[in-house]
Amino acid sequence: MDTLAFLIKRLGQAAVVMLVISIIGFSIQDNLGDPLRELVGQSVSEEVRDELREEMGLNDPFFVQYWRFLTKAVQGDLGTSYFFKKPALEVIMGKFPATFELVLAATFIIIFVSVPVGIYCAIHPKSFFSRLAMAVSIVGISVPVFLTAIFSIYIFAIYLDWLPSYGRGDTVDLGFWRTGFLSLDGLSHLILPALALSSIMLPLFIRLIRGEMMEVLRSEYVRFAWAKGLHPSRVYLLHAFKNTLLPVITVGGVQVGTLIAYTILTETVFQWPGMGFLFLEAVNRVDTPLIIAYIIVVGLIFVITNTIVDLVYTMVNPMVRITGVKG
Amino acid sequence: MALLEVRGLEVAFPLRAARLQALRGVDFTLEEGERLGIVGESGAGKSMAAYAILNLISEPGRISGGEIWFDGQRLDTLSNDEMRGIRGNRIAMIFQDPMMTLNPVLTVGTQMIECLAAHRTMSEAQAQDLCIAKLREVAIPSPEARFNAYPHELSGGLRQRVVIAIALLLDPAIIIADEPTTALDVTIQAEIMGLMMELCDNHRVGLILITHDLAVVSDVTQKMLVMYAGRVVETGTTAQVIARPAHPYTRGLLQSLPQKNTAGGMLNQIPGTMPSLAAVPSGCAFHPRCEHTDARCSSELPQLRAVGRRMVSCHHAEALK
Repeated sequence: MDTLAFLIKRLGQAAVVMLVISIIGFSIQDNLGDPLRELVGQSVSEEVRDELREEMGLNDPFFVQYWRFLTKAVQGDLGTSYFFKKPALEVIMGKFPATFELVLAATFIIIFVSVPVGIYCAIHPKSFFSRLAMAVSIVGISVPVFLTAIFSIYIFAIYLDWLPSYGRGDTVDLGFWRTGFLSLDGLSHLILPALALSSIMLPLFIRLIRGEMMEVLRSEYVRFAWAKGLHPSRVYLLHAFKNTLLPVITVGGVQVGTLIAYTILTETVFQWPGMGFLFLEAVNRVDTPLIIAYIIVVGLIFVITNTIVDLVYTMVNPMVRITGVKG
Repeated sequence: MALLEVRGLEVAFPLRAARLQALRGVDFTLEEGERLGIVGESGAGKSMAAYAILNLISEPGRISGGEIWFDGQRLDTLSNDEMRGIRGNRIAMIFQDPMMTLNPVLTVGTQMIECLAAHRTMSEAQAQDLCIAKLREVAIPSPEARFNAYPHELSGGLRQRVVIAIALLLDPAIIIADEPTTALDVTIQAEIMGLMMELCDNHRVGLILITHDLAVVSDVTQKMLVMYAGRVVETGTTAQVIARPAHPYTRGLLQSLPQKNTAGGMLNQIPGTMPSLAAVPSGCAFHPRCEHTDARCSSELPQLRAVGRRMVSCHHAEALK
């Protein structure tokens, strides 16, 4: 019941966020070049252009046009890509699996490295490994992702020749989804891009988990847990880590957006056939419907992941459930 | 031999700049079922003495001298694993603020059962029954419902009752209570203190009560220890020490209490503050704040010695008594 009330509330908030994103997206369309030039080229006379403009409703007031855009968008029609001559949403969704798998792989790397390393550094802040991890993470935070990507290509793909440097490799078609997870070639293509993408978040999360957990370890309830004679693994992994998770989840939800933004860079460097790469191509081609479709799809992904993150938060933090009902 | 015997206990914090001595040779004993009060201002080392018993001193502090004997076993040389068998099992602790003592993301039940699981082998159902029985014993209404509740769903008084129930769960020989009622409402304080005394009597549990509340000490304890700057300055039966304090510091503490017969007058207070660990005065650490100071007090450290039927560390104890 709590969860239902919470979901309904979140759905309302999500609708508002999506409305704002759609306004921003549509304003871009209104201000980015002349759609007619993209559609008919330069050989058509000015009279025919005016006629076409009138016919397409381009002379209508902003909000009339926006309303038309919105009603279509709600039905899943985000316009037709100028370049691909196909519905923009269809083009984007065709590239979605590649980006999703890249982000998923990067997220796995972030979680499975930052959690153990962060916990270790919090428990043994003065050990050599912790100092090393802190030093490396400072470097990691400072180096931009495209540099990490280019260096990793140079070292692992060119110099050592261990891993492929670009593309997605062999994919397996599941009918509704093309996955690179199921072939060895696909997985080997995934390693470098996923590592490069995770490199931006990894240091942040290691430092965040370390800092939060060190604070929790000084708390009175952890002292009480020790006084009860519990095994250290239970004190660290249950009593301390569960409390550490709360701020980490909050930050994580926000960082998902940053991660998606960085896919544009990562996918470009590795020629990864995903949404981010497509977006950059669309910008170069002034393919306005595709740009807007990308913005709206990414906005939707962001809203959905944040709702999931908030749900996870309520599961970890018992104090939120009550306010969820009252609010 | 007493149930608990602490001899010449020293605790030090070796920091980069200096080595801070938090305890400078503390002795006390506790018999089975006995109640001992440790009093003093903040920074006197009273909590430190208690945490040292279970080796729960925060980093980088460590026991740097002395011996702790409990039930014929030496505690200060135990390994962490061996010490874990004592903590919560033979010697339990109750902390100051029940709002902070219970883990906010775990249910009361989880926090109780884990304590049983750490020291005993029993089925889930048995453990749950035992926990609920303990909750009932500390007079928590509808214990079955509270068992599944989270700490934030309970009031401060109820939470401290839960903490007491956890402390009593394994029938320990000693409970160390660090200011157990300070964070509670005045009305609840007496209730919780009364409950603790009753339970300690019923189960023959020894109690070490750390507090700055002399009224509570005189109500609850049989023996008391007055600490100043890491040392014991006066110790004896509570009745004696309270009625006729021999150390100027104890006297100052007692005089600073509001009293019926001086109603309306100004409260006495001890001038100055507790010295920091980095700058403990020479000789008697209390001499800069003491009205009876002479040359000897600032140069020669007074030893704890018998004066009448108590122990005092003051050069002028006989004259003042």
